[in-house]
Amino acid sequence: MALLEIDNIHTYYGNIHALKGVTISVDKGEIVTLVGANGAGKSTTLNTICGILKPRHGEIRLNGESLNTLKPHEIVAKGISQAPEGRRIFSRLTVMENLEMGAYTRSDRNGIAQDLERVFSIFPRLKERARQVGGTLSGGEQQMLAIARALMARPRVLLLDEPSMGLAPILVQEIFSIIREINQQGTTILLVEQNVNMALQIAQRGYVLETGRVVLQGSAKELRENPEVRAVYLGETRH
Amino acid sequence: MAVVSREARVSRAPAVKLSLNRIMLWVVGLGVTALVVWRIAGTAALGLYGPDVWLMQTLNGLVQGSMYALVALGYTMVYGILLMINFAHGEIFMIGAMSGYFVLNGFHQSGFLASNPVPALLITFIVGMGVPPIVGVLLERIAYRPLRRAPRLVPLICAIGASFFLQQAVRLLFGIRTKVYPTVAVLSGSWTITVGEREMRIQHMSVLIIVITIVLMVALYLLVRKTKIGKAMRAVAEDKEAAALMGIDVDQVIMVTFAIGAILAGAAGVMWGLWYKQVIHTVGFIPGIKAFTAAVLGGIGNIPGAMLGGLFLGFVEAIAPTALDISTQLKDVISFGLLVIVLIFRPSGILGEVLTGKKA
Repeated sequence: MALLEIDNIHTYYGNIHALKGVTISVDKGEIVTLVGANGAGKSTTLNTICGILKPRHGEIRLNGESLNTLKPHEIVAKGISQAPEGRRIFSRLTVMENLEMGAYTRSDRNGIAQDLERVFSIFPRLKERARQVGGTLSGGEQQMLAIARALMARPRVLLLDEPSMGLAPILVQEIFSIIREINQQGTTILLVEQNVNMALQIAQRGYVLETGRVVLQGSAKELRENPEVRAVYLGETRH
Repeated sequence: MAVVSREARVSRAPAVKLSLNRIMLWVVGLGVTALVVWRIAGTAALGLYGPDVWLMQTLNGLVQGSMYALVALGYTMVYGILLMINFAHGEIFMIGAMSGYFVLNGFHQSGFLASNPVPALLITFIVGMGVPPIVGVLLERIAYRPLRRAPRLVPLICAIGASFFLQQAVRLLFGIRTKVYPTVAVLSGSWTITVGEREMRIQHMSVLIIVITIVLMVALYLLVRKTKIGKAMRAVAEDKEAAALMGIDVDQVIMVTFAIGAILAGAAGVMWGLWYKQVIHTVGFIPGIKAFTAAVLGGIGNIPGAMLGGLFLGFVEAIAPTALDISTQLKDVISFGLLVIVLIFRPSGILGEVLTGKKA
């Protein structure tokens, strides 16, 4: 049984059928990536997992337990946290307070202190800026804060929505190597990316989404070598 | 050619009109300022009042302002989190005043107030601050939560309806008779101090009201800054969806916000009863509107702004009629006039940030 199972979900925005039967599974310890163009349904999938959107059909299970009836904050308590698209850090709260909000559902003081040390060792720059308000951070630092904040929930599955968006190439490299490091420390990751090249380099498996459907899936290696993927997402011209 | 010049004239016209508007506004503003200065200078030249009068009025203003500030905090906190003006908040204040009356009057009748005044007052405040949050939370749950995704005018109208409902419910339950707070012997005394050559009396009650207000404000500040729920309130005020993704129960945080606002309004209600003695089911209306004014003056959505706005409004109301040498019955004109002027020249309030599109 996979750790996170998304079983044939259909999600609607009003009458718009945004997800048309998406099935994804994430095993413990993996990095699984979800790639696709704008409007393919990647963020919709993540928001359905988090309970911000409710699927009309299908089921989402964590360790075999259905999450369908739970509210977003209850899903966080079950062990799924997200660094959302556009970072959405609390700009008027300090870096420290942002991190505390990440650990909102937890009450184990020692565990929280340990995780705080852990995220500060992963992101030393956040430690320097702990007392600054979030709004004063640079874009890259805000992304780091968003990931660190999600990690503070000590999630069983970490959802990352376009962590490379709007960052300089050098920072993209840094963020991806951090994502790999977080995974190696034992956190399972579901990564949504438009930077398909980078995503397929660090993921073990991937799914390609097009207009609300999974059109391709396989190991990252298979996807990297797939001629369709190379043509459409990796920018190679067909010969 | 003609078309071009016409377009140019059309595009320039609003700019000219705008600057004319601005000039007119400044003329009005300067005119009002000049008038105020002239009246104050006139009063000062007459030398009618000694420093004791000014000190007394300042003290009265602080007492009145404390009550405004406590009520204003409820308006501003709810606005900060839901972008909604809870117009029924004045009625929450009234319910605090009423609850306090029934307890204190009961103690008065039974003689407990005379024998144990301090515990009696303490219980009065506890009940006066305990009943309003129950009503406030129910109000949010029943009248506002179902409308959270509705256009913003809808909950506003619902709030006005809720305001009438609460007023009339209290009238039906407890009658239209004015209720008179019993005199509390320990608080009716005063200290006499000498200012200049004259004596001035400081009522114990006024000091109690100011002290309780300061304690509540400090407590609120610490709650919002230092506690987990306070930080969650600020997080929810900034981005509800991101807060939910962090595991914050947004509905619960909103409920707590309503409850805290109602507790503060309840305290102000009991103080109102102790200070002015008379309470009735409509007692919340004018203080409610004044406190709303105070919240806007300070910058709606801003907690220190509401504190400052309330104290400032109370101070102006107390001191302006004397300073301008006009009837105290005109104090309402002064406070709402002040609101108009602040809205014209600094729409975001004294401490308010410039409103973003989302909040405007």
